[in-house]
Amino acid sequence: MSLAPAHQPRAAASAGAQPLIEARNVTRILPGIVPTVLVHDINLSIGDNEFVAITGPSGSGKSSLLYLLGLLDLPTTGEVLLRGRDTVHMDEQEHAFLRLTFLGFVFQFHFLLSEFTILDNVMLPMRALGRLSPAAMGERGRDLLASLGLQDHMHKRPDQISGGQRQRVAVARALANEPPVILADEPTGSLDSKSSEQVFELLRELVSQRHKTVVAVTHDLAMASRMDREIVLMDGSIEKVVDAQR
Amino acid sequence: MNLVLDIAWTHVRAHVRQTGFAVAGVATGVGFSIMMAALMVGSQDDFVQRMVDSLPHITVSDERRNPPTQPAAAMFDAAEFHGLTPEARRRGVKNPLALMAALEAWLPGAVAPSVKVQAIIRYANHDVAASVIGIEPRRESKVSELPKQMRGAGLNALYRATNAIVLGDRLAEKIGARIGANITLQTSEGAKINAQVVGLYHSGVRQIDETTAYTLTKTGQILARQTGMINELRVHLNNPLKSREIAARIESETGYKSVSWQEANEDLLSTFIIRNIIMYAVVGAILLVASFGTYNIISTITHEKARDIAIMKSLGLSEHTVRSIFVVEALIIGLVGALVGFVLGYLLSRGLGAVRITNPFIDSNHLPLAYDPLHYLLAGLVALVSSVSAGYAPARKAAREHPVAIIRGAT
Repeated sequence: MSLAPAHQPRAAASAGAQPLIEARNVTRILPGIVPTVLVHDINLSIGDNEFVAITGPSGSGKSSLLYLLGLLDLPTTGEVLLRGRDTVHMDEQEHAFLRLTFLGFVFQFHFLLSEFTILDNVMLPMRALGRLSPAAMGERGRDLLASLGLQDHMHKRPDQISGGQRQRVAVARALANEPPVILADEPTGSLDSKSSEQVFELLRELVSQRHKTVVAVTHDLAMASRMDREIVLMDGSIEKVVDAQR
Repeated sequence: MNLVLDIAWTHVRAHVRQTGFAVAGVATGVGFSIMMAALMVGSQDDFVQRMVDSLPHITVSDERRNPPTQPAAAMFDAAEFHGLTPEARRRGVKNPLALMAALEAWLPGAVAPSVKVQAIIRYANHDVAASVIGIEPRRESKVSELPKQMRGAGLNALYRATNAIVLGDRLAEKIGARIGANITLQTSEGAKINAQVVGLYHSGVRQIDETTAYTLTKTGQILARQTGMINELRVHLNNPLKSREIAARIESETGYKSVSWQEANEDLLSTFIIRNIIMYAVVGAILLVASFGTYNIISTITHEKARDIAIMKSLGLSEHTVRSIFVVEALIIGLVGALVGFVLGYLLSRGLGAVRITNPFIDSNHLPLAYDPLHYLLAGLVALVSSVSAGYAPARKAAREHPVAIIRGAT
């Protein structure tokens, strides 16, 4: 077990509050004839209302770390805590519930369900959670899409809108159940520079206006430098952490 | 609409052609199963019905099922007898009227006396062995359908001539006799009489129509050479299915061998069991083959939708929910297939029922078919269960897919 100190957020460290996401000595090894170490001994802590970038060269374990933080994968050793709760020993149902309520995902490719309309895609997490009435879900879905400038595309299918618009729909879907955390895996990786900038600004607004915490994996170092914190990975380990006052 | 149902329905609609084939497979299975069941059960019911209508439900004969026990054998376990000749008893049921009255006091049905004699019927160079049954026409309507099966003249025609006889229509055809013909009856006891054909009957069971003739009791007694003899009591029950129990009771109370129609046709009825096993095996095989189609389409959809499964799981849908989506898809295929199969099965049955056909065992122009809702229910249930079972394996596999592996593969 590493004794390296966790990379803590400024706010959480100063206030002593429970971190939103915490990784403690997280290691993920893919079993096989030659086991592959995806991430090794990761310690980090992310607080409320942060805009965090995870960067590093290809194969450094950026996406693997994001999937571990997002409970899509389980660490081989170590712990991932959400608001102080250990998630490693939870069952599949509990992980699914946390992904539904606590975490929102945006992937490099929009990953929208092609047979459903834009509005249906946004409503999907709400319907899975089932806390709102159908009318309230529809209203919330429309509001979300309107707030992202997609009010004219609600009833279109994903293949009828542009790549940038699809990624905005993916953001709207991630926000559907008002999770405190948005995890984005190369959200601008498949977009042109103009759309990339728009999506980046959208993510920034989630932090500044909707008070979300956004953790984004990116190759774009210029973009990462505009975030609150940049966690740089190398060969599955944290090489350094650079914060906004660099 | 429920989320699971909505996604399942969308998937099914998006694969119209493949889903159509899977539905057609299930529908064909259900349709042909229903048709087969209708045909098998219909012909069986029809045959049993004709048999029950044509024969007495219970026949009490003047025989004993087992030879009487020797007094010494009853007293000593070690007693053994060899070379005993069965006691020659006077033939016939003792005091038949009193016995009939005793039976009629408790059994739910009617009893009629008769004399059964094996005889050779001779007419125009034809010699045919037949059972000649001496009956009382007035009582016969209570114990058999014979009065209704008469063609031309009624059963009372037996009173119109001395030694009158009613022949089965096929027996008459066999010897070339018509109503009014004078035939000769001869028994192994040496009795020989001339009789006049006064009527024909048609039971619909070829074996009976070819081998049985009816006379008055008195004529039967002359043939048996024993005045006043009654060697058979023919029992008709309100519920023929109780024949076995009631026959056993009659036998235990009277000591005379009482044979229910089920016992008399045990071999035939046991072939029905084998026939039914074959039918269910074939029906099961048809539906099993149909379920392969469902397995195929669900496997295809889960394979094609691997990325969607990963997305749904990353969004927070549980394994159970994802599995449910594909199980519901299989259920939709099974349900639609079953409903289409019901219509197909009904139409096939109607079509088969319209075909004119000659059955060598039963005299009928059309195939007898049973339209039993139970067949539809069973075929539908088996189709649903087999579809869901076929869909469950790929659904379970899909739900267990690791989303990260798929997302990485997709990117």
